[in-house]
Amino acid sequence: MNAIPSTGLDMAILQAGRQNLSLKDEQIMLQINNFKLYYGESQALKGIDMSIPRNKVTAFIGPSGCGKSTLLRSINRMNDLVDNVTVEGRIELDGSNIYDKSVNVVDLRRRVGMVFQRPNPFPKTIYENVAYGLRIQGMNDRRTLDEVVEKSLRGAALWDEVKDRLHDNALGLSGGQQQRLVIARAIAVEPEVLLLDEPASALDPISTLKLEELIYELKNNYTVVIVTHNMQQAARVSDYTAFLYMGELIEFSDTNSIFTNPQKKQTEDYITGRYG
Amino acid sequence: MESMELGHHISQQFNAELENVRNKVLTMGGLVEQQIVDAVKALVDNDSQLAETAISNDLKVNALEVAIDEECSQILARRQPTAGDLRLVVAIIKTITDLERIGDEAEKIGHLSLHLSGMEANKQHFAAIQHLGEHVHRMVRDALDAFARLDVEQAVTVAKVDDQIDDQYNGITRQLITYMMEDPRSISPSLDVMWAARALERIGDHAKNICEYVIYLVKGKDVRHTSIEQMEKAARRAD
Repeated sequence: MNAIPSTGLDMAILQAGRQNLSLKDEQIMLQINNFKLYYGESQALKGIDMSIPRNKVTAFIGPSGCGKSTLLRSINRMNDLVDNVTVEGRIELDGSNIYDKSVNVVDLRRRVGMVFQRPNPFPKTIYENVAYGLRIQGMNDRRTLDEVVEKSLRGAALWDEVKDRLHDNALGLSGGQQQRLVIARAIAVEPEVLLLDEPASALDPISTLKLEELIYELKNNYTVVIVTHNMQQAARVSDYTAFLYMGELIEFSDTNSIFTNPQKKQTEDYITGRYG
Repeated sequence: MESMELGHHISQQFNAELENVRNKVLTMGGLVEQQIVDAVKALVDNDSQLAETAISNDLKVNALEVAIDEECSQILARRQPTAGDLRLVVAIIKTITDLERIGDEAEKIGHLSLHLSGMEANKQHFAAIQHLGEHVHRMVRDALDAFARLDVEQAVTVAKVDDQIDDQYNGITRQLITYMMEDPRSISPSLDVMWAARALERIGDHAKNICEYVIYLVKGKDVRHTSIEQMEKAARRAD
Protein backbone atom coordinates (compact mmCIF):
# COMPACT_ATOMS: atom_id res chain seq x y z
CA MET A 1 0.00 0.00 0.00
CA ASN A 2 2.96 2.22 0.58
CA ALA A 3 5.22 1.53 -2.36
CA ILE A 4 5.73 4.37 -4.78
CA PRO A 5 4.11 3.23 -8.02
CA SER A 6 6.17 3.25 -11.15
CA THR A 7 4.79 6.19 -13.07
CA GLY A 8 7.37 6.48 -15.78
CA LEU A 9 8.24 9.81 -14.19
CA ASP A 10 11.95 10.32 -14.13
CA MET A 11 12.80 9.94 -10.46
CA ALA A 12 15.97 11.93 -11.05
CA ILE A 13 13.76 15.01 -11.44
CA LEU A 14 12.35 14.42 -7.98
CA GLN A 15 15.78 13.99 -6.55
CA ALA A 16 17.25 17.08 -8.22
CA GLY A 17 17.58 19.96 -5.81
CA ARG A 18 16.45 17.76 -2.96
CA GLN A 19 19.79 16.21 -2.25
CA ASN A 20 21.62 17.99 0.51
CA LEU A 21 25.10 19.19 -0.25
CA SER A 22 27.88 17.16 1.25
CA LEU A 23 31.40 18.24 2.09
CA LYS A 24 32.59 14.91 0.73
CA ASP A 25 31.76 16.09 -2.79
CA GLU A 26 33.52 19.43 -2.45
CA GLN A 27 36.97 20.65 -3.32
CA ILE A 28 38.48 22.10 -0.20
CA MET A 29 39.81 25.65 -0.45
CA LEU A 30 40.69 26.29 3.17
CA GLN A 31 41.69 23.59 5.59
CA ILE A 32 41.74 24.65 9.23
CA ASN A 33 43.54 22.23 11.56
CA ASN A 34 43.47 22.42 15.35
CA PHE A 35 43.61 26.20 15.15
CA LYS A 36 43.93 28.02 18.47
CA LEU A 37 44.12 31.75 19.09
CA TYR A 38 44.83 33.64 22.28
CA TYR A 39 44.33 37.31 23.07
CA GLY A 40 47.03 37.58 25.74
CA GLU A 41 46.08 34.96 28.30
CA SER A 42 42.52 34.39 27.20
CA GLN A 43 41.85 31.76 24.60
CA ALA A 44 39.41 32.88 21.90
CA LEU A 45 39.57 29.83 19.64
CA LYS A 46 39.93 26.40 21.18
CA GLY A 47 41.20 24.13 18.47
CA ILE A 48 39.05 24.59 15.38
CA ASP A 49 39.01 21.91 12.68
CA MET A 50 37.07 22.58 9.55
CA SER A 51 37.22 22.38 5.77
CA ILE A 52 35.85 25.30 3.79
CA PRO A 53 34.77 24.30 0.29
CA ARG A 54 35.80 26.07 -2.89
CA ASN A 55 33.23 28.19 -4.79
CA LYS A 56 30.67 27.86 -2.05
CA VAL A 57 29.34 30.26 0.54
CA THR A 58 30.18 29.25 4.09
CA ALA A 59 28.53 31.12 6.96
CA PHE A 60 29.79 31.39 10.53
CA ILE A 61 27.04 31.94 13.05
CA GLY A 62 27.03 32.12 16.82
CA PRO A 63 26.40 34.50 19.72
CA SER A 64 28.59 37.54 20.32
CA GLY A 65 32.03 36.63 21.56
CA CYS A 66 31.89 33.06 20.25
CA GLY A 67 34.96 33.62 18.06
CA LYS A 68 33.38 33.73 14.64
CA SER A 69 34.88 37.08 13.67
CA THR A 70 38.20 36.09 15.17
CA LEU A 71 38.21 32.95 13.06
CA LEU A 72 37.28 34.92 9.95
CA ARG A 73 40.08 37.43 10.58
CA SER A 74 42.51 34.59 11.07
CA ILE A 75 41.98 33.52 7.49
CA ASN A 76 43.79 36.56 6.10
CA ARG A 77 45.87 37.19 9.21
CA MET A 78 44.11 40.40 10.15
CA ASN A 79 44.75 39.35 13.73
CA ASP A 80 48.45 39.98 13.16
CA LEU A 81 47.57 43.65 13.50
CA VAL A 82 46.26 43.14 17.04
CA ASP A 83 48.81 43.24 19.87
CA ASN A 84 49.32 40.23 22.06
CA VAL A 85 47.76 37.69 19.73
CA THR A 86 49.30 34.25 19.54
CA VAL A 87 48.14 31.42 17.32
CA GLU A 88 48.71 27.67 17.14
CA GLY A 89 47.69 25.18 14.51
CA ARG A 90 47.37 25.57 10.77
CA ILE A 91 45.18 27.22 8.20
CA GLU A 92 45.95 25.97 4.74
CA LEU A 93 44.97 27.98 1.71
CA ASP A 94 44.97 25.66 -1.27
CA GLY A 95 47.34 23.32 0.52
CA SER A 96 49.90 25.68 2.04
CA ASN A 97 49.93 27.03 5.57
CA ILE A 98 49.23 30.76 5.67
CA TYR A 99 50.98 31.04 9.04
CA ASP A 100 54.23 29.76 7.57
CA LYS A 101 57.20 32.14 8.03
CA SER A 102 57.76 32.37 4.31
CA VAL A 103 54.30 33.76 3.62
CA ASN A 104 54.13 37.35 2.41
CA VAL A 105 51.14 38.80 4.29
CA VAL A 106 50.44 41.46 1.68
CA ASP A 107 50.28 38.78 -0.97
CA LEU A 108 48.04 36.64 1.27
CA ARG A 109 45.60 39.53 1.72
CA ARG A 110 45.46 40.01 -2.02
CA ARG A 111 44.44 36.38 -2.36
CA VAL A 112 42.04 36.60 0.57
CA GLY A 113 40.02 39.81 0.36
CA MET A 114 37.91 41.19 3.14
CA VAL A 115 34.81 43.35 3.49
CA PHE A 116 33.77 44.82 6.82
CA GLN A 117 30.58 45.63 8.63
CA ARG A 118 30.58 49.33 7.82
CA PRO A 119 31.36 50.26 4.24
CA ASN A 120 34.75 51.95 4.19
CA PRO A 121 35.34 53.50 0.77
CA PHE A 122 38.33 55.79 0.44
CA PRO A 123 37.55 59.50 0.09
CA LYS A 124 38.30 59.31 -3.61
CA THR A 125 36.27 58.87 -6.75
CA ILE A 126 34.34 55.70 -7.41
CA TYR A 127 36.80 54.86 -10.17
CA GLU A 128 39.88 55.39 -8.01
CA ASN A 129 38.41 53.29 -5.21
CA VAL A 130 38.16 50.29 -7.48
CA ALA A 131 41.46 50.95 -9.25
CA TYR A 132 43.29 51.43 -5.96
CA GLY A 133 44.48 47.88 -5.50
CA LEU A 134 45.95 47.74 -8.99
CA ARG A 135 47.55 51.18 -8.67
CA ILE A 136 49.48 50.15 -5.58
CA GLN A 137 50.63 47.09 -7.47
CA GLY A 138 52.13 49.55 -9.95
CA MET A 139 49.52 49.22 -12.70
CA ASN A 140 48.97 52.53 -14.46
CA ASP A 141 47.85 51.52 -17.94
CA ARG A 142 44.63 53.44 -18.47
CA ARG A 143 42.97 50.87 -20.70
CA THR A 144 43.65 47.98 -18.34
CA LEU A 145 42.42 49.99 -15.40
CA ASP A 146 39.23 50.95 -17.25
CA GLU A 147 38.58 47.31 -18.03
CA VAL A 148 39.16 46.12 -14.49
CA VAL A 149 37.01 48.89 -13.00
CA GLU A 150 34.11 48.06 -15.26
CA LYS A 151 34.45 44.31 -14.75
CA SER A 152 34.68 44.67 -10.97
CA LEU A 153 31.74 47.06 -10.75
CA ARG A 154 29.70 44.72 -12.90
CA GLY A 155 30.80 41.82 -10.70
CA ALA A 156 29.61 43.73 -7.67
CA ALA A 157 26.26 44.52 -9.36
CA LEU A 158 26.93 48.25 -9.15
CA TRP A 159 27.94 49.18 -12.71
CA ASP A 160 24.51 50.21 -13.96
CA GLU A 161 24.00 52.50 -11.00
CA VAL A 162 27.33 54.34 -11.22
CA LYS A 163 28.57 54.10 -14.80
CA ASP A 164 27.66 57.74 -15.51
CA ARG A 165 29.36 59.13 -12.46
CA LEU A 166 32.54 57.13 -12.07
CA HIS A 167 34.47 60.25 -11.21
CA ASP A 168 32.16 61.41 -8.45
CA ASN A 169 33.23 61.04 -4.87
CA ALA A 170 32.47 57.54 -3.54
CA LEU A 171 31.26 58.97 -0.25
CA GLY A 172 28.22 60.32 -2.10
CA LEU A 173 26.89 56.82 -2.66
CA SER A 174 24.25 55.25 -0.41
CA GLY A 175 25.32 52.79 2.27
CA GLY A 176 24.26 49.79 0.19
CA GLN A 177 26.07 51.15 -2.87
CA GLN A 178 29.17 51.88 -0.80
CA GLN A 179 29.19 48.31 0.47
CA ARG A 180 28.98 46.96 -3.07
CA LEU A 181 31.72 49.41 -4.09
CA VAL A 182 33.93 47.98 -1.36
CA ILE A 183 33.24 44.52 -2.71
CA ALA A 184 34.13 45.75 -6.22
CA ARG A 185 37.39 47.09 -4.78
CA ALA A 186 38.06 43.74 -3.15
CA ILE A 187 37.42 41.71 -6.29
CA ALA A 188 39.40 44.07 -8.56
CA VAL A 189 42.63 42.39 -7.46
CA GLU A 190 41.11 38.96 -8.26
CA PRO A 191 41.29 37.29 -4.87
CA GLU A 192 40.52 33.59 -4.40
CA VAL A 193 38.64 33.96 -1.16
CA LEU A 194 36.32 36.74 -0.02
CA LEU A 195 35.76 37.22 3.69
CA LEU A 196 32.63 39.17 4.60
CA ASP A 197 32.31 40.32 8.20
CA GLU A 198 28.64 41.17 8.79
CA PRO A 199 28.49 42.88 5.43
CA ALA A 200 24.78 43.73 5.61
CA SER A 201 24.33 44.72 9.22
CA ALA A 202 24.47 48.44 8.45
CA LEU A 203 22.23 48.19 5.39
CA ASP A 204 18.51 48.60 4.86
CA PRO A 205 16.44 45.54 3.81
CA ILE A 206 16.47 46.28 0.07
CA SER A 207 20.23 46.89 -0.02
CA THR A 208 20.62 43.74 2.06
CA LEU A 209 18.72 41.70 -0.51
CA LYS A 210 20.82 43.16 -3.33
CA LEU A 211 23.96 42.29 -1.41
CA GLU A 212 22.70 38.75 -0.78
CA GLU A 213 21.93 38.39 -4.46
CA LEU A 214 25.48 39.53 -5.17
CA ILE A 215 26.92 36.98 -2.74
CA TYR A 216 25.02 34.30 -4.62
CA GLU A 217 26.67 35.46 -7.87
CA LEU A 218 30.11 35.84 -6.32
CA LYS A 219 30.43 32.20 -5.41
CA ASN A 220 30.75 31.31 -9.08
CA ASN A 221 34.21 32.85 -9.02
CA TYR A 222 35.21 33.04 -5.39
CA THR A 223 35.11 31.09 -2.20
CA VAL A 224 32.99 33.19 0.12
CA VAL A 225 33.07 33.08 3.91
CA ILE A 226 30.57 35.25 5.73
CA VAL A 227 30.05 36.08 9.38
CA THR A 228 26.54 37.17 10.21
CA HIS A 229 24.39 37.80 13.24
CA ASN A 230 21.33 37.47 11.10
CA MET A 231 20.46 33.80 11.02
CA GLN A 232 17.86 34.15 8.31
CA GLN A 233 20.58 35.72 6.21
CA ALA A 234 22.89 32.78 6.81
CA ALA A 235 20.00 30.48 5.90
CA ARG A 236 19.32 32.42 2.71
CA VAL A 237 22.79 32.92 1.30
CA SER A 238 25.02 30.11 2.50
CA ASP A 239 25.64 26.59 1.27
CA TYR A 240 27.33 25.50 4.49
CA THR A 241 26.90 26.82 8.00
CA ALA A 242 29.22 26.58 10.97
CA PHE A 243 27.90 27.20 14.45
CA LEU A 244 30.52 28.41 16.91
CA TYR A 245 30.07 28.74 20.63
CA MET A 246 32.61 29.85 23.23
CA GLY A 247 35.54 29.44 20.87
CA GLU A 248 34.58 25.99 19.71
CA LEU A 249 33.09 24.71 16.50
CA ILE A 250 29.91 23.00 17.68
CA GLU A 251 28.40 21.95 14.38
CA PHE A 252 29.34 22.37 10.73
CA SER A 253 27.12 21.02 8.01
CA ASP A 254 25.17 21.91 4.91
CA THR A 255 22.85 24.82 5.57
CA ASN A 256 19.66 22.85 4.91
CA SER A 257 20.51 20.35 7.62
CA ILE A 258 21.55 22.99 10.12
CA PHE A 259 18.30 24.90 9.74
CA THR A 260 15.86 22.00 9.51
CA ASN A 261 17.44 19.27 11.57
CA PRO A 262 20.53 20.27 13.55
CA GLN A 263 22.20 17.41 15.35
CA LYS A 264 23.41 19.28 18.43
CA LYS A 265 21.14 20.70 21.06
CA GLN A 266 23.28 23.84 21.40
CA THR A 267 22.77 24.55 17.69
CA GLU A 268 19.03 23.95 17.96
CA ASP A 269 18.73 26.23 20.98
CA TYR A 270 20.64 29.01 19.26
CA ILE A 271 18.88 28.98 15.91
CA THR A 272 15.41 28.60 17.39
CA GLY A 273 16.05 31.39 19.90
CA ARG A 274 15.99 29.35 23.09
CA TYR A 275 18.08 29.75 26.14
CA GLY A 276 20.19 26.67 26.81
CA MET B 1 18.63 16.71 17.80
CA GLU B 2 19.07 15.60 21.32
CA SER B 3 15.69 16.20 22.86
CA MET B 4 12.43 17.70 21.78
CA GLU B 5 11.08 20.56 23.78
CA LEU B 6 8.65 23.18 22.71
CA GLY B 7 9.00 25.89 25.33
CA HIS B 8 12.03 27.82 26.55
CA HIS B 9 12.19 30.37 23.77
CA ILE B 10 13.69 33.67 24.77
CA SER B 11 10.51 35.11 23.31
CA GLN B 12 7.69 34.14 25.68
CA GLN B 13 5.29 35.37 23.06
CA PHE B 14 6.60 32.75 20.61
CA ASN B 15 6.22 30.02 23.26
CA ALA B 16 2.63 31.10 23.73
CA GLU B 17 1.91 31.12 20.00
CA LEU B 18 3.28 27.60 19.48
CA GLU B 19 1.53 26.28 22.55
CA ASN B 20 -1.72 27.86 21.45
CA VAL B 21 -1.66 26.38 17.95
CA ARG B 22 -0.67 22.99 19.32
CA ASN B 23 -3.59 23.07 21.74
CA LYS B 24 -5.93 23.91 18.90
CA VAL B 25 -4.71 20.81 17.03
CA LEU B 26 -5.50 18.66 20.06
CA THR B 27 -8.92 20.27 20.39
CA MET B 28 -9.54 19.52 16.72
CA GLY B 29 -8.38 15.95 17.35
CA GLY B 30 -10.81 15.62 20.26
CA LEU B 31 -13.69 16.82 18.07
CA VAL B 32 -12.77 14.40 15.31
CA GLU B 33 -12.57 11.49 17.77
CA GLN B 34 -16.03 12.34 19.03
CA GLN B 35 -17.28 12.48 15.46
CA ILE B 36 -16.04 8.93 14.83
CA VAL B 37 -17.65 7.61 18.01
CA ASP B 38 -20.94 9.35 17.25
CA ALA B 39 -21.05 8.29 13.61
CA VAL B 40 -20.36 4.61 14.34
CA LYS B 41 -22.83 4.53 17.21
CA ALA B 42 -25.45 6.26 15.06
CA LEU B 43 -25.02 3.61 12.40
CA VAL B 44 -25.05 0.64 14.74
CA ASP B 45 -27.93 1.89 16.93
CA ASN B 46 -29.88 3.42 14.08
CA ASP B 47 -29.81 6.75 15.89
CA SER B 48 -30.51 9.46 13.35
CA GLN B 49 -30.16 12.29 15.84
CA LEU B 50 -26.62 11.20 16.67
CA ALA B 51 -25.92 10.91 12.96
CA GLU B 52 -26.96 14.54 12.53
CA THR B 53 -24.61 15.51 15.36
CA ALA B 54 -21.69 13.76 13.70
CA ILE B 55 -22.51 15.50 10.44
CA SER B 56 -22.89 18.97 11.88
CA ASN B 57 -19.72 18.68 13.96
CA ASP B 58 -17.79 18.52 10.71
CA LEU B 59 -18.42 22.26 10.30
CA LYS B 60 -16.56 22.92 13.55
CA VAL B 61 -13.70 20.69 12.44
CA ASN B 62 -13.49 22.54 9.13
CA ALA B 63 -13.50 25.90 10.86
CA LEU B 64 -10.66 24.77 13.14
CA GLU B 65 -8.65 23.60 10.16
CA VAL B 66 -8.91 27.03 8.57
CA ALA B 67 -8.07 28.81 11.83
CA ILE B 68 -5.02 26.64 12.52
CA ASP B 69 -3.75 27.04 8.96
CA GLU B 70 -4.06 30.78 9.33
CA GLU B 71 -2.13 30.77 12.61
CA CYS B 72 0.60 28.61 11.09
CA SER B 73 0.98 31.00 8.14
CA GLN B 74 1.31 33.87 10.58
CA ILE B 75 3.97 32.05 12.57
CA LEU B 76 5.89 31.29 9.38
CA ALA B 77 5.67 34.89 8.24
CA ARG B 78 6.45 36.56 11.53
CA ARG B 79 8.78 34.16 13.31
CA GLN B 80 10.60 32.33 10.51
CA PRO B 81 10.84 29.21 12.66
CA THR B 82 13.80 26.87 12.21
CA ALA B 83 14.77 23.34 13.21
CA GLY B 84 12.31 21.76 15.69
CA ASP B 85 10.01 24.79 15.58
CA LEU B 86 9.86 24.64 11.80
CA ARG B 87 9.15 20.91 11.88
CA LEU B 88 6.39 21.48 14.43
CA VAL B 89 4.65 24.00 12.18
CA VAL B 90 5.05 21.78 9.11
CA ALA B 91 3.82 18.72 11.03
CA ILE B 92 0.81 20.67 12.30
CA ILE B 93 -0.14 21.89 8.83
CA LYS B 94 -0.05 18.31 7.57
CA THR B 95 -1.70 16.78 10.62
CA ILE B 96 -4.75 19.02 10.43
CA THR B 97 -5.26 18.10 6.78
CA ASP B 98 -5.51 14.46 7.84
CA LEU B 99 -7.73 15.34 10.79
CA GLU B 100 -10.04 17.24 8.52
CA ARG B 101 -10.26 14.27 6.17
CA ILE B 102 -10.97 11.98 9.13
CA GLY B 103 -13.82 14.37 9.95
CA ASP B 104 -15.08 14.07 6.37
CA GLU B 105 -15.04 10.27 6.60
CA ALA B 106 -16.99 10.39 9.89
CA GLU B 107 -19.47 12.76 8.29
CA LYS B 108 -19.82 10.28 5.43
CA ILE B 109 -20.62 7.49 7.91
CA GLY B 110 -23.23 9.80 9.44
CA HIS B 111 -24.93 10.23 6.04
CA LEU B 112 -24.74 6.49 5.36
CA SER B 113 -26.36 5.79 8.70
CA LEU B 114 -29.24 8.15 7.85
CA HIS B 115 -29.61 6.42 4.52
CA LEU B 116 -29.52 2.97 6.10
CA SER B 117 -32.10 3.84 8.73
CA GLY B 118 -34.82 3.72 6.09
CA MET B 119 -33.79 0.28 4.91
CA GLU B 120 -34.04 -3.30 6.00
CA ALA B 121 -30.41 -4.02 6.85
CA ASN B 122 -28.79 -7.08 8.25
CA LYS B 123 -27.72 -6.34 11.81
CA GLN B 124 -25.04 -9.00 11.83
CA HIS B 125 -22.67 -6.77 9.86
CA PHE B 126 -23.16 -3.97 12.34
CA ALA B 127 -21.23 -5.88 14.97
CA ALA B 128 -18.25 -6.04 12.64
CA ILE B 129 -18.58 -2.32 11.88
CA GLN B 130 -18.79 -1.55 15.57
CA HIS B 131 -15.66 -3.56 16.22
CA LEU B 132 -13.78 -1.91 13.38
CA GLY B 133 -15.04 1.49 14.51
CA GLU B 134 -13.75 0.99 18.04
CA HIS B 135 -10.43 -0.21 16.73
CA VAL B 136 -10.07 2.79 14.43
CA HIS B 137 -11.14 5.21 17.13
CA ARG B 138 -8.46 3.82 19.46
CA MET B 139 -5.93 4.21 16.70
CA VAL B 140 -6.81 7.88 16.14
CA ARG B 141 -6.78 8.54 19.87
CA ASP B 142 -3.37 6.91 20.28
CA ALA B 143 -1.95 8.75 17.25
CA LEU B 144 -3.06 12.07 18.73
CA ASP B 145 -1.65 11.02 22.06
CA ALA B 146 1.71 10.27 20.40
CA PHE B 147 1.52 13.72 18.81
CA ALA B 148 0.70 15.42 22.11
CA ARG B 149 3.51 13.65 23.98
CA LEU B 150 5.99 13.61 21.05
CA ASP B 151 6.26 9.89 21.61
CA VAL B 152 7.91 8.20 18.60
CA GLU B 153 7.73 4.70 20.08
CA GLN B 154 4.00 4.99 20.37
CA ALA B 155 3.79 6.49 16.89
CA VAL B 156 5.41 3.35 15.47
CA THR B 157 3.17 1.08 17.53
CA VAL B 158 0.07 2.88 16.28
CA ALA B 159 1.24 2.87 12.67
CA LYS B 160 1.60 -0.91 12.87
CA VAL B 161 -2.10 -1.23 13.80
CA ASP B 162 -3.03 -0.03 10.33
CA ASP B 163 -2.33 -3.48 8.88
CA GLN B 164 -4.85 -5.05 11.27
CA ILE B 165 -7.40 -2.44 10.27
CA ASP B 166 -6.82 -3.26 6.60
CA ASP B 167 -7.31 -6.98 7.37
CA GLN B 168 -10.51 -6.31 9.25
CA TYR B 169 -11.80 -4.18 6.39
CA ASN B 170 -11.01 -6.92 3.87
CA GLY B 171 -12.82 -9.43 6.09
CA ILE B 172 -15.94 -7.25 6.17
CA THR B 173 -15.80 -6.78 2.40
CA ARG B 174 -15.62 -10.53 1.79
CA GLN B 175 -18.55 -11.16 4.11
CA LEU B 176 -20.66 -8.52 2.42
CA ILE B 177 -19.90 -9.85 -1.04
CA THR B 178 -21.03 -13.31 -0.02
CA TYR B 179 -24.16 -11.85 1.46
CA MET B 180 -24.95 -9.81 -1.64
CA MET B 181 -24.50 -12.85 -3.89
CA GLU B 182 -26.89 -14.85 -1.78
CA ASP B 183 -29.58 -12.20 -1.69
CA PRO B 184 -29.61 -9.50 -4.36
CA ARG B 185 -32.21 -7.50 -2.40
CA SER B 186 -29.50 -6.85 0.21
CA ILE B 187 -27.20 -5.17 -2.27
CA SER B 188 -28.27 -1.61 -1.55
CA PRO B 189 -27.95 -1.73 2.27
CA SER B 190 -24.83 -3.89 2.00
CA LEU B 191 -23.17 -1.31 -0.19
CA ASP B 192 -23.87 1.35 2.43
CA VAL B 193 -22.29 -0.83 5.09
CA MET B 194 -19.35 -1.41 2.77
CA TRP B 195 -18.89 2.34 2.26
CA ALA B 196 -18.96 2.82 6.02
CA ALA B 197 -16.29 0.14 6.48
CA ARG B 198 -14.29 1.78 3.72
CA ALA B 199 -14.54 5.16 5.48
CA LEU B 200 -13.25 3.60 8.71
CA GLU B 201 -10.38 1.98 6.86
CA ARG B 202 -9.46 5.37 5.38
CA ILE B 203 -9.52 6.91 8.85
CA GLY B 204 -6.92 4.31 9.84
CA ASP B 205 -4.71 5.46 6.97
CA HIS B 206 -5.01 9.08 8.08
CA ALA B 207 -4.12 8.10 11.65
CA LYS B 208 -1.05 6.35 10.32
CA ASN B 209 -0.06 9.52 8.45
CA ILE B 210 -0.25 11.45 11.70
CA CYS B 211 2.13 8.92 13.26
CA GLU B 212 4.55 9.55 10.39
CA TYR B 213 4.43 13.30 11.06
CA VAL B 214 5.24 12.65 14.72
CA ILE B 215 8.42 10.84 13.70
CA TYR B 216 9.30 13.65 11.31
CA LEU B 217 8.63 16.21 14.01
CA VAL B 218 10.74 14.54 16.67
CA LYS B 219 13.49 12.89 14.62
CA GLY B 220 13.64 15.11 11.57
CA LYS B 221 13.28 12.09 9.30
CA ASP B 222 10.57 11.87 6.68
CA VAL B 223 9.25 8.30 6.81
CA ARG B 224 6.31 8.64 4.44
CA HIS B 225 6.14 5.98 1.75
CA THR B 226 8.59 3.74 3.55
CA SER B 227 8.18 0.42 5.31
CA ILE B 228 7.32 -0.06 8.97
CA GLU B 229 10.87 -1.37 9.47
CA GLN B 230 12.32 1.90 8.21
CA MET B 231 9.92 3.77 10.43
CA GLU B 232 11.14 1.81 13.43
CA LYS B 233 14.73 2.45 12.47
CA ALA B 234 14.11 6.19 12.24
CA ALA B 235 12.29 6.18 15.57
CA ARG B 236 15.05 4.31 17.36
CA ARG B 237 17.86 6.34 15.82
CA ALA B 238 20.02 7.40 18.72
CA ASP B 239 20.52 11.09 19.04
